[in-house]
Amino acid sequence: MSTLSPKSYLQRIDGILILLYLCLVLIGFLSIYAVEHTGQSVGFFQPGKSYMRQLIFLGIGLLVSVVILFTDSKMFPNLAYISYAIGILLLLVVVVAGREVNGSKSFLVVGPIQIQPAEMVKFFTALALSKFLSSLETDFNNIKHRLVAIAFAIVPLVIIIAQRETGLALVYLSFLLAMYREGLPNTIIVLGFSGIALTIATLAMPKDVLFVVLTVIAVGALIVLRKNLKRKKSILVIILAAWAVGVIFSQVLVPFAFTKVLKTYQVQRIYTMIGQQVPVEYSNGKDMTVQSAAEYNVSQSKIAIASGGIVGKGFLNGAQTKYNWVPEQRTDFIFCSVAEQFGFIGSTLLVILYLLFLFRIMYIAERQRSKFSRVFAYCLAGIIFFHILVNLGMTIGLAPVIGIPLPLISYGGTSLLTFTIMIFVLVRLDADRNMILR
Amino acid sequence: MSDFNQNRSIYIQSFFVLIALAIVVRLFMLQVVGSGGYQLQAKNQAVKRKITMPARGIMYDRNGKILLNNSIYYDITVQPEKVKESFDTLGFCKVMNIVPEDFKKTIHALVMRNGWSRTSVLYKNLSPKSIARLQEGIDGFNGIGLIERAQRSFPYKAGANFVGYLNEVNKEMLQKEKYAAYRRGDITGITGLEKSYEKELRGQPGVQYLLQDVRQRIVGSYKNGDLDSAAVPGQALNLYLDADLQKLTEQMMANKLGSAIAIEPSTGGILAFASGPSFDPSLLSGNDRSKNFSKLLKDATKPLFNRSIMAQYNPGSTFKPITALVALDAGVITSSYGYGCRGGYYQCGRRIGCTHSGGGHASNLANAIANSCNAYFCHVFRLSIDSPSNKNVRAGVKRWNKYMSDFGLGHPIGIDIPSERGGYIPDLKYFDRTYNKNWNSCNMSILGMGQGEVELTPLQMANAMCIIANRGHYYIPHFVRAIGKDSTHPKLAKYLDKKVVAKISDANFWSVIAGMEAVVDRGTARVARIPGIKVCGKTGTVENARRINGKRVKLRNHSMFVAFAPMDNPTIAVAVCVENSGYGSQWAAPIASLMIERYLTDTISRRRKGLLNKMKNSKVIPKITYLIDSIEKKAARERWNKELRRRDSVKRAKRRIDSINNRQSNHWLLDPYYFKQYEMLDPKNKKGEYA
Ligand SMILES: [Zn+2]
Repeated sequence: MSTLSPKSYLQRIDGILILLYLCLVLIGFLSIYAVEHTGQSVGFFQPGKSYMRQLIFLGIGLLVSVVILFTDSKMFPNLAYISYAIGILLLLVVVVAGREVNGSKSFLVVGPIQIQPAEMVKFFTALALSKFLSSLETDFNNIKHRLVAIAFAIVPLVIIIAQRETGLALVYLSFLLAMYREGLPNTIIVLGFSGIALTIATLAMPKDVLFVVLTVIAVGALIVLRKNLKRKKSILVIILAAWAVGVIFSQVLVPFAFTKVLKTYQVQRIYTMIGQQVPVEYSNGKDMTVQSAAEYNVSQSKIAIASGGIVGKGFLNGAQTKYNWVPEQRTDFIFCSVAEQFGFIGSTLLVILYLLFLFRIMYIAERQRSKFSRVFAYCLAGIIFFHILVNLGMTIGLAPVIGIPLPLISYGGTSLLTFTIMIFVLVRLDADRNMILR
Repeated sequence: MSDFNQNRSIYIQSFFVLIALAIVVRLFMLQVVGSGGYQLQAKNQAVKRKITMPARGIMYDRNGKILLNNSIYYDITVQPEKVKESFDTLGFCKVMNIVPEDFKKTIHALVMRNGWSRTSVLYKNLSPKSIARLQEGIDGFNGIGLIERAQRSFPYKAGANFVGYLNEVNKEMLQKEKYAAYRRGDITGITGLEKSYEKELRGQPGVQYLLQDVRQRIVGSYKNGDLDSAAVPGQALNLYLDADLQKLTEQMMANKLGSAIAIEPSTGGILAFASGPSFDPSLLSGNDRSKNFSKLLKDATKPLFNRSIMAQYNPGSTFKPITALVALDAGVITSSYGYGCRGGYYQCGRRIGCTHSGGGHASNLANAIANSCNAYFCHVFRLSIDSPSNKNVRAGVKRWNKYMSDFGLGHPIGIDIPSERGGYIPDLKYFDRTYNKNWNSCNMSILGMGQGEVELTPLQMANAMCIIANRGHYYIPHFVRAIGKDSTHPKLAKYLDKKVVAKISDANFWSVIAGMEAVVDRGTARVARIPGIKVCGKTGTVENARRINGKRVKLRNHSMFVAFAPMDNPTIAVAVCVENSGYGSQWAAPIASLMIERYLTDTISRRRKGLLNKMKNSKVIPKITYLIDSIEKKAARERWNKELRRRDSVKRAKRRIDSINNRQSNHWLLDPYYFKQYEMLDPKNKKGEYA
């Protein structure tokens, strides 16, 4: 790589990333404003309104960002483990002493401030994982070290599940992306994702449909790989075995567990975690067929999105979102606001904007001399991607209802603050991209 | 620092792009293709269509007085369970000016009937004035609500028989194209002018598209109201009617069976139009309208039967001026033509009686009309049928039919309210059928004096008077002078069309008019004289009989009178018929004369106040009416039950429900029964003697 850059510190700050960041935050702010805008000509500065609070959090976030930009970049690897330890501790405290909100116990209340440690711990986990993977002692080809790396993500995941915040917990799976980039074998990734996908699909899809889907995938794989089959018979065995495992798991094991092993309320809790309704065959005759809130939310979300049409209804004209047809529309379903007002064109542009944002982060990642910075960047990209995937998937009815916010757009102070801090830490690290940090 | 896994960056990026593509495809399906029908659902749930019904058109009389108006009434509703807790009972009672004890009792009764939670009507039909105080403070009374209702009101309490009434459109109507713009629960005119001018009176309902939020609260207009349309109020109808005359006429007809009509000859505009017994039109517009309707329907006197256009009577002697005109025009007589009547007509081998026998009572046309000589008009009628200018008797009848048709007889004239009937004029077919093709003018001679098979509606009698008053033309009688301010509205075009009758000469008309003047001046209707006004008229005393339990029973005569005035420049033509009441001069002539006096002088002279009071207060409904009614009701009910038995039980149940919903079309009291009464008895039985 090149020698030390002659550029000044300010010039080394990545303007493009900050610009993309500001774009997304602005879209978010306008979307929240549009949802709350009632058409009456009241003043813009309404202290009670969500958009004002979002603005305040943005202010705080930018203030913190400036502080971050003036810190020493070496500070982050140095604080990585200790912050992670504190984070895990906080998570445990929440499990014991947290406040219960909407059935989950993930908030810590200190005086007037409410914080959700599960959000911040993403940052700490990213730091810790980057520190671990970049340390000279770590050999990522070593199975033991791999397990340690995975443990960094799994520990908070388990604790957060205990807080009954499945959505936030699943975000920790996104660290697998960074690990994959650092050499985690394909098979583990494939197996891991297949396992997760199979579990979710088993819960979210009708049994018969899933059987067909599994079979189609298996046959498809056989057709795609038919040339390799002649050379390596093992591929056939693997595919058939995978198919058999999938079928046995979804058609035999889960039904057996749900009907014979688990109690009805336990089954219900599992389904509630992924925002699905308990299928009739597992309800043991109890009537659970009332349309669940989640189902209603998604159908209203789809209605709002569809009503946007190609070009949308125009800014502040989103009748579906403005008049509370879509529940949780400032937070989890904020995308409806964009889709209704700006239509297919606007939504597509937003998806493209996110894609550019992710690409910029990965571009930055790849230009780091320091492995710490690169892993951190990938952690950030992974987290953001996972949020987008699950959130948009949910609002357009492709993914189960898992309540996680849309990065930088959804209303929510902690989320905005966490992402802002992580992005500016990356900017800070990137400014020293020619240094080696450990 | 080199790195073996750098190519994985590419895989990750490809993965990102793939996922983004999947999302975009899904968005395309939802937003552009519109799969899943979510776009329609969006509109259905967030956009509410609100229909505003415009005020229905009202009606003015010829002097701009309001005959028909819209009034706003209020019902106060209450939800008892809300009144239970912390309700300001005293305050409410004070505002409503009621005793708290009564209020509590009423609430208690409502709870017993409808339960605690159901909203029930507490007080009905309150005027805007009486709820004004409540309206101000309604928010303070939790559980109390106000329902606003528009209702037709009749300041003169008159006009029931031609204004008609309103009701909700029924299922059958909704299937018709005419009612395509109506929705269930919409109001429409069922009879009378309300029906004929439905389109003009109704106006155009306004449509508003409103946005509602998830709690169904209205939050604004949809697309800035671009799709909305404002309600267009219904147009007012300006009538020819004289409301004061109408009121007076209805008062006189209130306790009688029959009809009284006044028409302005120069326009055909109807000045008064009453059918006896008359009734208060507001009975059919209030809350109790269905109760009142069935009460009126069951009434033996049949107040809903619009006798003015639906009853068909032998015109009797009132027909004689027409017979005279036909004979004059055919050239078979002149005004000086006389007939030596000695108290009857004997030329056809049987006696047709005449009330007069004195010499010279039919010495010329004027005398014959004034004294109403039966023999004269039978003879003259036969002369016109057998006139040498006709090839034979068939041609004579044909020619007579043409005259009758020109006079507006034998077919509905075309008044602007529905259900007009046409009366009856016998034709060749009828005579061939009845007399087996073996007949001559003798078989029909009594037609000349308005007896026999000829039947007229009161409207036709009044219209015939217009023709004589106008000396040869008429305009189709009608109520509406202008729709809104438009007197040349396409709907009124046919009423502006002058109908010329048979080109009968002025001189011939004057001959008849002179006779009619003599009727009032020195003839049978001296009671109709009005000082200072030359009234021309003709009485009629019509024999009639009814078949009761298979037996023919002779009833009291119908009293009839037709007239117009003043003689030289007529401005009013009248026809009055009072069923089963006696001589023409006894009831019909006074009533007609009082109508003329009221219209021409705007008052009734003190000398005639006594006559007026007599006409107003006398109840002239023969007892036999009630007997006939009970017999016919029984028969009708039996017919109906037989009809019902014919149908299977499922259909019967459906029919019952329908008959409750659609009283207008499917009630056993209607159809056969209501209209049969006035149909001709078998004419063969009518060939008795005529006095
Ligand atoms: Zn005589």
